[in-house]
Amino acid sequence: MANIKLPAAKVDELKEVCKKFDNDGGELINVLHAAQEMFGYLPAEVQELVAEELNVSVAHVYGVVTFYSFFSMIPKGQHPISICMGTACYVRGAEKVLDEFKKHLNVKVGETTDDGKFSISCLRCVGACGLAPVVTVGERVYGRVAPEDVKGIIEEYL
Amino acid sequence: MDIVQLTIDNKKVVVEKGTTILEAAKTIGVDIPSLCYMKLEDTNFENKPGGCRVCVVEVEGRRNLAPACKTECSEGMTVNTHSVRVVNARRTVMELILSDHPFECLVCAKSGDCELQSLAQKLGIREIKYTGAKSTYKGDESPAIIRDMDKCIMCRRCETACNDVQTVGVLSAINRGFESVVAPAFEMDLDHSTCTFCGQCVAVCPTGALTERDSSSKVMDAIVNPTKTVIVQTAPAVRAALGEEFGMEPGTSVTGKMVSALRKLGFDYVFDTDFAADLTIMEEGTELLDRLSKHLAGDKDVKLPILTSCCPGWVNFFEHQFPEMIDIPSTAKSPQQMFGAIAKTYFADQLKQKREDVVVVSVMPCLAKKYECSREEFAVNGDPDVNISISTRELAQMIRNANLNFEALDDEDFDKPLGESTGAAVIFGTTGGVIEAAVRTAYEVHTKKPLERLDFEELRGMEGIRSATIDFDGLPINIGIAHGLGNARKLLEDIKAGKSEFHAIEIMACPGGCIGGGGQPYHHGNVDILKKRQRAIYEEDKGKVLRKSHENPFIQKLYAEFLGEPCGHKSHELLHTHYYDKKKKIEI
Repeated sequence: MANIKLPAAKVDELKEVCKKFDNDGGELINVLHAAQEMFGYLPAEVQELVAEELNVSVAHVYGVVTFYSFFSMIPKGQHPISICMGTACYVRGAEKVLDEFKKHLNVKVGETTDDGKFSISCLRCVGACGLAPVVTVGERVYGRVAPEDVKGIIEEYL
Repeated sequence: MDIVQLTIDNKKVVVEKGTTILEAAKTIGVDIPSLCYMKLEDTNFENKPGGCRVCVVEVEGRRNLAPACKTECSEGMTVNTHSVRVVNARRTVMELILSDHPFECLVCAKSGDCELQSLAQKLGIREIKYTGAKSTYKGDESPAIIRDMDKCIMCRRCETACNDVQTVGVLSAINRGFESVVAPAFEMDLDHSTCTFCGQCVAVCPTGALTERDSSSKVMDAIVNPTKTVIVQTAPAVRAALGEEFGMEPGTSVTGKMVSALRKLGFDYVFDTDFAADLTIMEEGTELLDRLSKHLAGDKDVKLPILTSCCPGWVNFFEHQFPEMIDIPSTAKSPQQMFGAIAKTYFADQLKQKREDVVVVSVMPCLAKKYECSREEFAVNGDPDVNISISTRELAQMIRNANLNFEALDDEDFDKPLGESTGAAVIFGTTGGVIEAAVRTAYEVHTKKPLERLDFEELRGMEGIRSATIDFDGLPINIGIAHGLGNARKLLEDIKAGKSEFHAIEIMACPGGCIGGGGQPYHHGNVDILKKRQRAIYEEDKGKVLRKSHENPFIQKLYAEFLGEPCGHKSHELLHTHYYDKKKKIEI
């Protein structure tokens, strides 16, 4: 694992967050939420810092990070693509849409393309079931997406 | 005391409130089968995740079967531990566990000593009806411990040992569902983690998922090599446990038979780590008195308390977790390494051999010793002072391979000179022993008076943290003892906070000390075995003519002929070491 250097300002900010939660090991999930928001993902160095601040083992932090699919150790792409896998989207063919994205970008769910442009993740219901199946790219929402639309959506961001 | 009354298998039972069904059943002789559950009395090891579901029982009026290890007894409860429903459920659970387990029993290191295997046998499992995917995970080989997670049944005992008892915190369950596995952070190998190699995870693993790296074939290769002189040294705790591997009663001391077996295996010289333990006392005791007299003379820079440094698991622990305190422990090498250093200089000279042609093998109750002897600073031009370290279990296997009838062997004596030792050295094998041995010598050296009594009962026992004040003829010496790294951590935190009143502290990484080491015959949760081994150690001490390290005539000769004086120039060169800051730094 390549070591990354954490910017000092962000380190202080993260330490502040830990302090806000009383450096309590029981608040690990909350701290990780905040850390992921801050860094976009949870690199090893961030997990080590959190472990030290909350006085829990790094193995424990890593255990929690790998348990919850919300947490990621891979930086998200410039344009994060999320495919809704909620019931409504699923029955209207979300999986075929997902397969199409995976095929075009050549990455799996939770991964980021080599050029750092796109990443794919799944989510459960964005509250727009009437538009099923739904795909979001960054903040933008695409409704009634069919597999043949996928190529066009990707091209918008190239 | 609140009590509850219940019925288990038609028998009335009265237990304290809060007792689990499993424990209550035990009091009337009903041994409910269990797998993930393990409790070590007198230590803070208790593992009951209630995960395996093997211990399920039927509780009248309850719809679902209840896990006996986690269900507390309640007033009027009626429990059936062997109804048809229970037996069927237990077998199904077992078949499901086995359906994701490799069928490698015939060649598994744990075969014959495996809790999963014996349970399958007990439940009479003859076929696995369930087929499907099997979880696979990369292997991990460190110098001391091998992890084969394909054999893991997720009982979580290793996590309890590593995190709760030892507070080392290397292991955690990671990922989820079928992908979940117990591993170090970022799925790195143990070798790259902060693992101390204490081996307590191996000591409690019910299957072959965690085992020691077996070096016994390397030993045999050396023995059959005609150009090598092969020397063996045996740690004190080995003789108090080896017999168990051959069906002998725990607590049987087998020193003489062990020596005989080692000779029959073909070692050229059968020596004793106890000799080096006496040597350790000379060095460590002198260092203690030196620091103490400087302290009494008002030297503010002197570091007290002095901490023992015989235990390599403990050394790894403070190097990783308390690097700011690496100047507090004694600089004396461990007995294993002192032995190697003397064997490859003084004794090799006597043999008129080059050090490279002398192979030093150690038999240890310990897995961290395998790592210790591979440390770079313990080698000269790439030639290690101790070439190979094997565990008590590996020696037992070598004896079985050689088809020796261990119990029928005659008692034999160690070779001289490096086989001569005192009772003080034998007790190194148990918690409290090293410091008692140090007291026996330091007292007499300091006061120049003979001790009136040699048995310091106040330093003995199984309590995790103990303390006593020993009167050095008007000078009170405060002594602390901790075994188990979690207990050691508490004493270290006190020192760090400036709250420690101790002059000297003995620390051993494993609960019970070396008698409970990660390389010893498996105790399978029975702590009585450790107590019996401890008793055997103290008996052996009592039976010795010489019981103070400084009275060992060969130690005296070694100083006169070779070393000069304790903590002198030559001693420093050969018998002392230094420690490294191994704490991982976060890059900012």
